Amino acid sequence: MSYFAASIKQMLGANPGKPAPEDYSPEAREIHVVKKGRKETKAELMAIEEAHALHERRHLWRKRRWMTLILVNLLFVVSYYFDVQLLEGALTASRFIGFHMADLNSALQVMLAFKHVVLNLLIGTVTVFILWILVGGRTFCSWVCPYHLLAEWTETLHLWLEAKKWIRPVTFHRGARTIFYVLFALLALVTGYTVFETLSPTGILSRAMIYGPGLALLWVLLLLLFEVFVSRRAWCRYVCPIGLTYGLVGSISPVRVKYNLKDCHHEGNCRKVCLVPHVLDMTIKGRAADVDVPVGADCTRCGLCVDACPTSSLTYEVLGLKKLQ
Amino acid sequence: MTTEKRPKNKPPISPKRREQSRREFLRTGAMAGGVLLISLMGYIPVGEGKMKRLRPPGALIDKDLNERDFLAACIKCGQCVQVCPVEAIKLTDLADGFGIGTPFIEARDQACDFSCDGLQCVLACPTGALTHEINYPAQSRMGFARLTRPEKCLAIQGQGFKGQARGPDFKGVLRYEELDRWKAVPIADHPYDLELCDLCVRQCPIEIRIGQCAAGKPPSGDKNQCPPSRAISLESMGEGKARKPLVHDGCVGCGVCEMVCPTDPPAIVIVLDETADTQRKRG
Repeated sequence: MSYFAASIKQMLGANPGKPAPEDYSPEAREIHVVKKGRKETKAELMAIEEAHALHERRHLWRKRRWMTLILVNLLFVVSYYFDVQLLEGALTASRFIGFHMADLNSALQVMLAFKHVVLNLLIGTVTVFILWILVGGRTFCSWVCPYHLLAEWTETLHLWLEAKKWIRPVTFHRGARTIFYVLFALLALVTGYTVFETLSPTGILSRAMIYGPGLALLWVLLLLLFEVFVSRRAWCRYVCPIGLTYGLVGSISPVRVKYNLKDCHHEGNCRKVCLVPHVLDMTIKGRAADVDVPVGADCTRCGLCVDACPTSSLTYEVLGLKKLQ
Repeated sequence: MTTEKRPKNKPPISPKRREQSRREFLRTGAMAGGVLLISLMGYIPVGEGKMKRLRPPGALIDKDLNERDFLAACIKCGQCVQVCPVEAIKLTDLADGFGIGTPFIEARDQACDFSCDGLQCVLACPTGALTHEINYPAQSRMGFARLTRPEKCLAIQGQGFKGQARGPDFKGVLRYEELDRWKAVPIADHPYDLELCDLCVRQCPIEIRIGQCAAGKPPSGDKNQCPPSRAISLESMGEGKARKPLVHDGCVGCGVCEMVCPTDPPAIVIVLDETADTQRKRG
């Protein structure tokens, strides 16, 4: 199965599991054999982790990402507040120095509900489509979506409660998001209302920041509480159709995270920090079918794994360009 | 990403594992049902489909005053809010259900006075929820003015009006062409001294345009800006100076009369159960 199809299937909820024996490249097989006879002791892994914790680039990508996310959202706020017409509108639709931009999922919901597309919306949708192909699809989620940032912060609380054994985290089937995607699309088509927009914390937060807070923030708060006390990152993982829309776009993006098998200790720190750990299945010992394996479309390109990896086995790559360090 | 083929002979799934996945399946179903149920609650406030709020000019309201198309088309971005020079447009909140994030106007606080002339909100709308089919103020159909409290009306009582129309603390603004063609000023900064109160007629954006066109100076020098029919006038009530406001089918429902009406509550308001079109149809 091609990288593309496997990546899409995994995003929709399938669990790819272990590759078949004949799918391993000779080089990868050789590395796996060598690694099988070698097992780092707990102390060794600990030392590696401690050394990495002191590394100056430990939170490099997170820093860059948070700054970008805050900057983009601030640009909306500042544009309106000071009337500088730089980025008018909200995340659902906007104009960047006059050019129309439309969030792909919001545009899709409107098209399905309204069953009519005006030219400006088409221009905005195509522009944003091309933009996110270039920068990586779900990059939207971790680098722009304001709910992602809030959820990332409250996630710390969830992990703390979990470590203290005060909560027993609940998981759901990842396929739920695919079901929701179809359901929200059908609801828009049949009822003629943009049903998902009523719930979308992305739209709610974006509007609240720009136009002032409202009662809708209570819904966002409820979601965050659910994620803190019940299920880690539940909205992004199991519900949000925006992620799937951008994920589909990102499946053909040249920007992605790439895994290299050689130096990996398989200690799994990358999977612990990941919003969508199934995309890092190849980092499990014996799973990588090749020496270099690109991470799938569901990846938000947040870079937490790149930051967490003590051996630089996970890096950003732009197809056609040399590796981003 | 690895390939996804599995060995042909899968190891049998343990009963514990099967129970776990059964529970996950049920949990997921319950979660999905819950989210779906919550999302469908958004239907309650909009179920009838009837317009409940004054919408900006050009909002897709059909002949039965149903705003379903408007709610379907609006992408909830607020670009109309940002371009309005008098900041008349606000966005709805969670209580409006599926209508969340859609623009509306609270006419008593700040009406649309068309001081942009060119319908900036319509031009800004990326989806055509504010239809691009209208270009001039007189073409919009937002609602209709109605004298709901004639007993309050100063003109009917034959009274004049002196002072600030809405008191010193009122924040609403209006464009007074004689002061500044481009900038709206607070109504509180523009006191009146009228022998007979005619504020609803005097400040009506449609009536002002009719006056300008009659004087040979249509807004922006564009004759298309000239309204085809009158919106409101004061009609004689027999003897004495008392006169009665009469709304005509040139009224677009912008709400300036409601905003500027000095009585409290206002004698004239915008109603949403008719527009000039439905009124004309009824005859």
